[in-house]
Amino acid sequence: MAEPPAEKTAVETVAESVINKNFKVPELIGEINVPRVEDGYRRKGVTSAIKPHMAKPAVQAKVGFPETLVDNWEEAAVKRLGELLEKYKSLQVYLDICVRCGSCTDKCQFFIGSNDPNNMPVARAELLRRVYKKYFTTEGKIFGKLAGAHRLDLNLLSDWYAYFHQCSQCRRCSVFCPYGIDTAEISMAAREIMDSIGIGQKYVNEILGKVHEIGNNLGMNPKALAATLESTEEDIEEEDGVPVKLPLDQEGADVLLVTPSADFFASPHIESLIGYAKVFHQAGISWTLSTAASEAGNFGMFIGSYTQLEKVAARVRNAIGELKPKRLVVGECGHAWRVAYSFWNTLIGPFDTLDPRYPAPQHIVEFTLDLVRRGAIKLDKSANDEFTVTFHDSCNVARGSRMGDRPGGQFTMPRELIKASCNKYVDMDPSTTMEKTFCCGGGGGLLTDEILEIRVAGAMPRMQALHAVMESDGVNFMALICAICKAQFTKVLPKYGIPMTVAGGVHQLVGRAIELGAKE
Amino acid sequence: MSFEFEGKTYETDDDGYLLDLDSWNREVAGHIAEMEGVEMTDAHWEVVDFLRNYYQEYSIAPAIKILIKEMKKMFGPDKGNSAYLYNLYPAGPALQACKIAGLPKPTGCV
Ligand code: SF4
Ligand code: SF4
Ligand code: SF4
Repeated sequence: MAEPPAEKTAVETVAESVINKNFKVPELIGEINVPRVEDGYRRKGVTSAIKPHMAKPAVQAKVGFPETLVDNWEEAAVKRLGELLEKYKSLQVYLDICVRCGSCTDKCQFFIGSNDPNNMPVARAELLRRVYKKYFTTEGKIFGKLAGAHRLDLNLLSDWYAYFHQCSQCRRCSVFCPYGIDTAEISMAAREIMDSIGIGQKYVNEILGKVHEIGNNLGMNPKALAATLESTEEDIEEEDGVPVKLPLDQEGADVLLVTPSADFFASPHIESLIGYAKVFHQAGISWTLSTAASEAGNFGMFIGSYTQLEKVAARVRNAIGELKPKRLVVGECGHAWRVAYSFWNTLIGPFDTLDPRYPAPQHIVEFTLDLVRRGAIKLDKSANDEFTVTFHDSCNVARGSRMGDRPGGQFTMPRELIKASCNKYVDMDPSTTMEKTFCCGGGGGLLTDEILEIRVAGAMPRMQALHAVMESDGVNFMALICAICKAQFTKVLPKYGIPMTVAGGVHQLVGRAIELGAKE
Repeated sequence: MSFEFEGKTYETDDDGYLLDLDSWNREVAGHIAEMEGVEMTDAHWEVVDFLRNYYQEYSIAPAIKILIKEMKKMFGPDKGNSAYLYNLYPAGPALQACKIAGLPKPTGCV
């Protein structure tokens, strides 16, 4: 006799997911078809089973969260929400002021790609707003469901776990909201609440554990890092005949470069690392990487945890103390730049040991572009003649930060640097670039394979815009300044029938174009 | 998670990567490859061996560029490139080859 199925525990219910390996990849038609809301409603909930793996107890413990769903989780979650409302006034405002005007509904790549109306930014925010109304507003307390209030039951918690992990926190919706409501911040709050009751996402929390233990997202120890840098130096010398160095832990070097650890491991990321090294070499500026700060990324942001954000960032402060650089430069990484630009000064500043004549931190694009403008390095554009290049604005750079000292520098500076490195450059459809850029579909902690289906769906708008310029202008290189974008596109492009080599770094182009050797 | 193979239970992570590096042997590697739809040839094994040796020394898989450089040494310049590597392991060297080699899944922005 078959045993009766054991009843699912609460955690199992929340974690329950379906991995569909044979999902349909959207067709490339060169335009972005926005789903009609009426059609969409028939698809409500279709992606509710796409969920990331849940963090195991040991991983949770390592980052200081409860190991598994706590017994009084509903109460604990409400309490945590209350604390967040106190701490972040903006969160309360965002939860209060939405007038359901609908402007944001069709602006999220995950809604456009999946057609699941729960992925409309307003609907996503509503998952949290209902709970807020229930426990924190008078009308919700009195009128309950009539006022759109709902208690946080197991079903709703399951939906939280699914849909707050189908948001890459890209902030595209906020650009179109007349009130500037930032659903990314609501997502971060929801994840922070989930972590506080013992529901963590494996991919992000495991990586945070690795940063604390080993020093970077990859878990690459100092010995492996040194060996990789050495091997890369050999490669450059073999290719260009110039002994370009990748110094590690050099005390007293002028520049400390903090870059995503993916630059030491993955392709095409490592090509940008080579690009940075050549720039420093040719400009004659001494620089160093650091084992302590061998990671620019800061996944603390993805889970809305200030404690984690601070703990990860502290590694950079330690490296500055140890290596005593004059300048602090950040490599190609979207969310890292947002954290560096917006939060480092508060978290680990003031940077009063650094040379005040330079911005601290400074983006590598700004650093290199300044050298190009001053003629301190020379770029031979024809070295990239095999490419027709376009640029994907990374959302965290586009909407979460700036670059240089002029407004919009985060849009103009990468483009200026790319155009200085190649002869053929075209922009994609302006409704998909600059502040309106779409996310690559893998940001915000979504870069994990069990949810590839939603990543592919979320990449659809960008794929359409890219495909259009490939057809019209022969584009064959999409330049990027984000490690996650690089990894996501390398994986997703082939699904759309586009070679993965179309994705590459801005400094990959620079590295190919730079003239090495004696200066005139 | 876990799977059974020739009367033995192999513990894995959520994605089917062996948890214990030392539980690996050629037979189980062949079995994982079969589940992945990869038919192992000598070239496949060379990659797997290199990955395992590298991991034993550095506790992490090699950067793709290092792997490709090694392949150049092993198979000559025509085959020391990423196209050939993806030809051997269509789901990607980091994900698929590491899985067959019994290494943990590389994570990060990769
Ligand atoms: S932040 Fe980005 S991913 Fe999240 S709801 Fe808004 S548009 Fe969608
Ligand atoms: S655009 Fe703003 S106010 Fe309008 S529905 Fe969306 S979040 Fe609410
Ligand atoms: S991965 Fe790149 S495009 Fe996606 S959220 Fe981050 S910066 Fe944005």
